[in-house]
Amino acid sequence: MGALPAVPGPAERPPPPGIRHTSPVAEHRPDSRDLGAASRAKPPGGTPAPRRRAHTSARDLERYAGLFAARTQVMRSSAMRDLMAITARPEVISLAGGLPDTSSFPPESFAAQMTKIAQESSAEALQYGPTEGFDFTKECIGQVMAAEGMSPDPDDIIVTTGGQQAIDLVTKTLVDPGDPVICEAPTYPGAVPVFCSYEADTHQVSMDEGGMRIDELEALLDRLAADGRRPKFIYSVPSFQNPAGVTLSAERRRRLVEIARSREVLLVEDNPYGLLRYEGEPLPPLYQLDGGDYVIYLGTFSKILSPGIRLGWCVAPPPVMEKVVLGKQATDLCTSTLTQYFVAEYFAEGRWRDYVADLTVLYRERRDAMIEALQRHFPPQCEWSRPEGGLFLWATLPEYIDTSDLLAKALRENVAFVPGAAAYVDARHSSAMRLNFSASQADEIREGIRRIGQVVWEQVALYETITGEHPARRPAESDTAELEAEGADVLPLRRREARGGEAGH
Amino acid sequence: MRAAVLAGGRSLERQISLRSGARVEDALRSLGHDVIQLDPGADLVRRLKDERPEVAFIALHGPGGEDGTVQELLEILAVPYTGPGVAACVRCMDKIVAKHEIRTAGVPTPDWVAFNATAFRELGAADALEEIEARLGFPLVVKPASQGSSLGVEFAGSRDDVPAALVAAFSYDDRVLFERYVKGRELAVGILGTDALPIVEAIPKQEDFFNFEARYEIGRTTYVCPAELSEPEAQAVQDAARRTYEALGCAGFARVDLMLAEDGEPQVLEVNAIPGLTDTSLFPQAAEAAGLSFEDMVDRIVALALERRSESAALPG
Repeated sequence: MGALPAVPGPAERPPPPGIRHTSPVAEHRPDSRDLGAASRAKPPGGTPAPRRRAHTSARDLERYAGLFAARTQVMRSSAMRDLMAITARPEVISLAGGLPDTSSFPPESFAAQMTKIAQESSAEALQYGPTEGFDFTKECIGQVMAAEGMSPDPDDIIVTTGGQQAIDLVTKTLVDPGDPVICEAPTYPGAVPVFCSYEADTHQVSMDEGGMRIDELEALLDRLAADGRRPKFIYSVPSFQNPAGVTLSAERRRRLVEIARSREVLLVEDNPYGLLRYEGEPLPPLYQLDGGDYVIYLGTFSKILSPGIRLGWCVAPPPVMEKVVLGKQATDLCTSTLTQYFVAEYFAEGRWRDYVADLTVLYRERRDAMIEALQRHFPPQCEWSRPEGGLFLWATLPEYIDTSDLLAKALRENVAFVPGAAAYVDARHSSAMRLNFSASQADEIREGIRRIGQVVWEQVALYETITGEHPARRPAESDTAELEAEGADVLPLRRREARGGEAGH
Repeated sequence: MRAAVLAGGRSLERQISLRSGARVEDALRSLGHDVIQLDPGADLVRRLKDERPEVAFIALHGPGGEDGTVQELLEILAVPYTGPGVAACVRCMDKIVAKHEIRTAGVPTPDWVAFNATAFRELGAADALEEIEARLGFPLVVKPASQGSSLGVEFAGSRDDVPAALVAAFSYDDRVLFERYVKGRELAVGILGTDALPIVEAIPKQEDFFNFEARYEIGRTTYVCPAELSEPEAQAVQDAARRTYEALGCAGFARVDLMLAEDGEPQVLEVNAIPGLTDTSLFPQAAEAAGLSFEDMVDRIVALALERRSESAALPG
């Protein structure tokens, strides 16, 4: 294919206009709830942050209400956002974040790479870059994708400010208000505000242990087609899905790609965790199966290197890419040059695969600790997925427990999780929760799960007392310890693990 | 004057408290005071002793800050503070105690039944659900006894909704109340000193009617101040609010939330001992409708705190 149309170098443009503007959308980015420890980090230098602006009166603010775009109405409730903010308290064990463990990245390596950049490429690294990203960054992206069996044309790649921006750009490029978009139920909580802010008509297809239910998807496509509608795209996280922790089976991957071809629908494959597999055989990405005709692929360095560098990418067929590049220009001109230089230096060292392998060992141990703790501390009415990789698992509680309310109770025990409602476009009642096992040490995970299990037990017992069902008896800690010593098999907890994504309630 | 602003804390309303506190801080600065920020934690008493503020502005919401705990500490340290005193805070924070006081004072409040979790666990309270439902009717409102915000407040439209609503409410507190649902107009009356401010009416959008959280969002609920009420209605509402404020022993300022029932009778729901003080909060809106800027309002609240202090200091013993 030909080179992409030449994009005017941002370096020749005037700097972005100095309008200070806080987008209401920005407050709803998932990062705000994913920050956890990161948000407590002290800025270098220790100067108090200035926070002064002329205040508007109550009436003025009410007047703004009439100015808000209709899309701001679908935003998540502020009460829940405030609740999530409390999870950042230092005494809280947060299983709510989506953070990789950046403490395992060697600081001396970071220092050496940044020093080298300062010494050898200071002026370039501090300059604007091309909107599509540097060729050397695309070379690194090629290596990462090759590790999962893909070999995209570099011209089909755009480097983005994190994977989140890739979702935003693709949606911005393809979706008009009211256009149908399909995603999994539950879906990545960070995709929800994106689809909402572009006013997509989002349909969620439930999942089971094999990922998205293809029969349900086809039924939905038929229903839409009967109305003369076709979705703009189907968004999926096929491997170690966030939040459900399940993986789309090999057979369903093939069927999904066939459906996309035969119905001429785009698939948006979001694959942040593909390389973080702890067991089982790797499955081919949708992009590889399809060859890139109907699949837009989204990747990120966040989980295999660092989320702080905000570096992700999108691979799309040339006509789509052309529009995505224009969208990216409008959004932020280009992705950080400095971090692209850093990634290039880091990849030049040739150790990136070893680092991913180290992370895999670390996270596998933490996942195992979490599953073991769930078996031990959660009531038998609960079930959870058993992810073969990634950062999350999804636990489903009895239907009468709303996990948004449960979070308030859990916070009194200084433990936090993401309530399931965040993973649904309609923020419906959800009795599920997303639990992260990458950001905490195994001991913290065990203690965190113990505390959550305790509040769940209390609510289960209360409900059964109210409804007159047999009150649940919680095995005493000592009972469980003894039973544990005899082996997990004799635990009196009925386990229905590896069920995953109980989405449809 | 050296003024400490207490904001943040550990309650679920930490974020809104920080926003209230930041706004108050700005107002105090523009009034020419030296401002000390205090986010209550383990070092609160030590910092108060070190900083020796001449007045403490309490912008805390929810348990810990609005329930008399911080007020008690400030009493011991002899630091004058804004808003109601210890006893009034204790009464307001506990919706059950507050409703008893309100009813005793002869002010109408919707009929209710309150239980703690122990009543269900150990005394078979579940067997009384039928009688409760018969007395209060559906829909009924289930709420935790001591949350300031809308968190955990649920409508139960029928018997089937009750167990899950209880489980939700018990997530926030060990005590909950069932309250008869009063159909009518939702009103709030701010009281500053002993004066009732203009009445605010909250008009939720139809689709959000049963969604309490939506009521705190700009654009999802319309606030009208002063509310469009007839003179006798407005009189009755402000009178009920003032009597409630007095019955609970409030001082300084507070906000009384009530329903104007369809029969024209005001029914008091609860009192917020420390109402929200952000730009969009109801109390500052009401003050503005009374011609008081945010700064005027803060100035008055501080003056009331100092007056109360000198009055109590003048008392013997």
